[in-house]
Amino acid sequence: MEKSGLNLKATELRLGLPGSESPERGSDKNGNAAVILSLKSFVGSGAKRVFCDATDADAKWVFSVSEAAAGRLFSPRGGGSSNNNNNNHGKVHVGAQVVGWPPIRSYRKNTMSSQSSKNDDDSEAKLGLGCLYVKVSMDGAPYLRKVDLKMYSSYIDLSSALEKMFSCFTIGQCSSHNVPSRDGLSESRLMDLLHGSEYVLTYEDKDGDWMLVGDVPWEMFTDSCRRLRIMKSSDAIGLAPRAMEKCKNRN
Amino acid sequence: MSYSSLPEDVLEHVFSFVQSDKDRNVISLVCKSWYEIERWCRRRIFVGNCYAVSPRMAIRRFPEVRSVELKGKPHFADFNLVPEGWGGYVYPWIRAMAGGYPWLEELKLKRMVVTDESLELIAKSLKNFKVLVLSSCEGFSTHGLAAIAADCKNLKELDLWESDVEDPSGNWLSKFPDTCTSLVSLNIACLGSEVSFSALERLVVRCPNLRTLRLNRAVPLEKLAHLLRQAPQLVELGTGTYSADLRPDIFSNLAGAFSGCKELKSLSGFWDVVPAYLPAVYSVCSGLTTLNLSYATIQSPDLIKLVSQCPKLQCLWVLDYIEDSGLEALAATCKDLRELRVFPSEPFGDEPNVSLTEQGLVLVSEGCPKLESVLYFCRRMSNDALVTIAKNRPSMIRFRLCIIDPQTPDYLTLEPLDVGFGAIVQHCKDLRRLSLSGLLTDRVFEYIGTYAKKLEMLSVAFAGESDLGLHHVLSGCDSLRKLEIMDCPFGDKALLANAAKLETMRSLWMSSCSVSFEACKLLGQKMPRLNVEVIDESGPPDSRPELPVKKLYIYRTVTGRRIDMPGFVWNVGEDSALRLS
Repeated sequence: MEKSGLNLKATELRLGLPGSESPERGSDKNGNAAVILSLKSFVGSGAKRVFCDATDADAKWVFSVSEAAAGRLFSPRGGGSSNNNNNNHGKVHVGAQVVGWPPIRSYRKNTMSSQSSKNDDDSEAKLGLGCLYVKVSMDGAPYLRKVDLKMYSSYIDLSSALEKMFSCFTIGQCSSHNVPSRDGLSESRLMDLLHGSEYVLTYEDKDGDWMLVGDVPWEMFTDSCRRLRIMKSSDAIGLAPRAMEKCKNRN
Repeated sequence: MSYSSLPEDVLEHVFSFVQSDKDRNVISLVCKSWYEIERWCRRRIFVGNCYAVSPRMAIRRFPEVRSVELKGKPHFADFNLVPEGWGGYVYPWIRAMAGGYPWLEELKLKRMVVTDESLELIAKSLKNFKVLVLSSCEGFSTHGLAAIAADCKNLKELDLWESDVEDPSGNWLSKFPDTCTSLVSLNIACLGSEVSFSALERLVVRCPNLRTLRLNRAVPLEKLAHLLRQAPQLVELGTGTYSADLRPDIFSNLAGAFSGCKELKSLSGFWDVVPAYLPAVYSVCSGLTTLNLSYATIQSPDLIKLVSQCPKLQCLWVLDYIEDSGLEALAATCKDLRELRVFPSEPFGDEPNVSLTEQGLVLVSEGCPKLESVLYFCRRMSNDALVTIAKNRPSMIRFRLCIIDPQTPDYLTLEPLDVGFGAIVQHCKDLRRLSLSGLLTDRVFEYIGTYAKKLEMLSVAFAGESDLGLHHVLSGCDSLRKLEIMDCPFGDKALLANAAKLETMRSLWMSSCSVSFEACKLLGQKMPRLNVEVIDESGPPDSRPELPVKKLYIYRTVTGRRIDMPGFVWNVGEDSALRLS
């Protein structure tokens, strides 16, 4: 991708998990960072988000974890390997999930994963379908995405996957296409980013409350998260105290 | 007397006995006047791909339609292969029909994006609206349902089959006015949150023609008996959650209520099922023709007890907890069985968790002479078993086998399963739908191309060795309408060589194959009546032309490129060069 004279790093989407710092961030004048940093973090001590580390090369497009990390790399016809002609090359290992296989509908996956098997003691291990799709929306983005929370084992994983997924909105790449009734959106998005406003990741829990992601242990989060929303940190300031309160009440 | 001198209304009367689309299409080709007469009296249309024709064209040709059925996203969208925002919006159709079909009575949608706005428009504009079926749809909430409930005075059927409904707490069921007594069918099984039970009960009580009621999980078992007693005429019932504390009074109340339902033929639901409560339904088992236990996590012994009491069963959907032993009991008892679907309880585990093998399916194929439709998830298969099944059931129409690990060979011989599937297509001459799995070479496609002459839909994954495989299918399967392929080494040659074939089909999906962007462009340029759409979420596909296209969806259309493509879908037509520069 051509450099257009913008400082790409400065305009890259960052997800501000509570307590974590933005590496190599330029000047963030709004004080938003201060708000985020002042929250207690349960996410591992001082773990920096690893957006740069997680991509293969900074400027290259990366696609969602489910494709890159999982089955595609082991796919039988993958990039140049000539396994196809050898019938005995052994099975494709799909221990990591391949998107679209086995062909089970999301409705079924979600329903099964939320049923408890009353006949089993170690229900967690035997719940089987191990899949939990939640919708992810981003303020201003024209469409939703869906992620499977069980594909990730930590907030860092989730955060970097989401950054990749929504990165095409940051530099208005998608504006080159006929996206009806979205003209001007990418431009204002760009302006937002140029002014350094950060995004934060929030989620709606089982009770319908909106909380900042990162407040509770990962497993508790995946149990109670019903949907995700990437919102402007300026909108999210009001969430912080509530989230802390709720946590206290829980514990 | 020649046929052309028959008066119009006589011809129209004759045509009214012809229901099938295919036959009606043939009639319309006889001559101009028959075309005219036919188009004015066609009452239902089915559009298998909502982008194949524009709503305006459909309405212009068939002005007096009362029932419309539309399908949107490709089938693989069910398995998360189609990103959100791809399309399939129904709003343009509803806007057109609000003006063009003011007397529309039925709308059936599958895999479409339906907004609250669309539902509100239906409620406001279609005064005689009676039937709404939303199958695997999304994009709407209970607000939209409230509009339908409140304003569709003659509503007979509301079916939300496995749709994704936003559920802000809202008491939409109570929006059905007291004057609404016309409901025949209500399916809210997919709704996540509670509905007002009292509103539900009042609705059930005042609709004496209610035959189908599928409850959602939030309806507790303790309340089911009460509901059943208000609607003993039910023919189809979906329970809510099927678990409660073990109490004899609850049980006897439930059993009593079920025994009062003399018309019950279909049961579903059974979430969170507690086995001790299963016997409550025994009294209706002898009349059951359809049983959907595909969310019921009960083990084989309980399943056997249940199924053994259903001699009239025609359709069974069940989890693989049924195991081979359960399928043996099924084969012994249910001689009327037409359709069997066995879903996996733990598809992502590495090891099998149940004793369900190819044997179960073989036994059913032996014991059930009317078996014609199979969906079977398992972990091992053999050519022998498939050959046996094929010879047992030459009348098979739909055969979908999913061996969970990709490229699993015949477990006895370690050979590919080409011969087994070859037997299926060779013996089952009326086979219309086939899904392949396991280790497969190009040979299986040669069999399919040679024998599967009635095949309409084929699903393939992790199979084949070269373009020859795809070529066999495209050149040999005369009746092919839908082809969907993932992770196969099929590339440009077969696709380009069979370009003309694609216009005779509804659609072709290929993902993670070896088709180049150049080939897509060529196809798009060569075939103006196809939309060749490349789906790529990471950027314009021509920026990395050396890589194969990730996802490709090709479909025939008479309306050209669609105008609602999101940023990650590229239509690679003649002016694609201009668009992408």
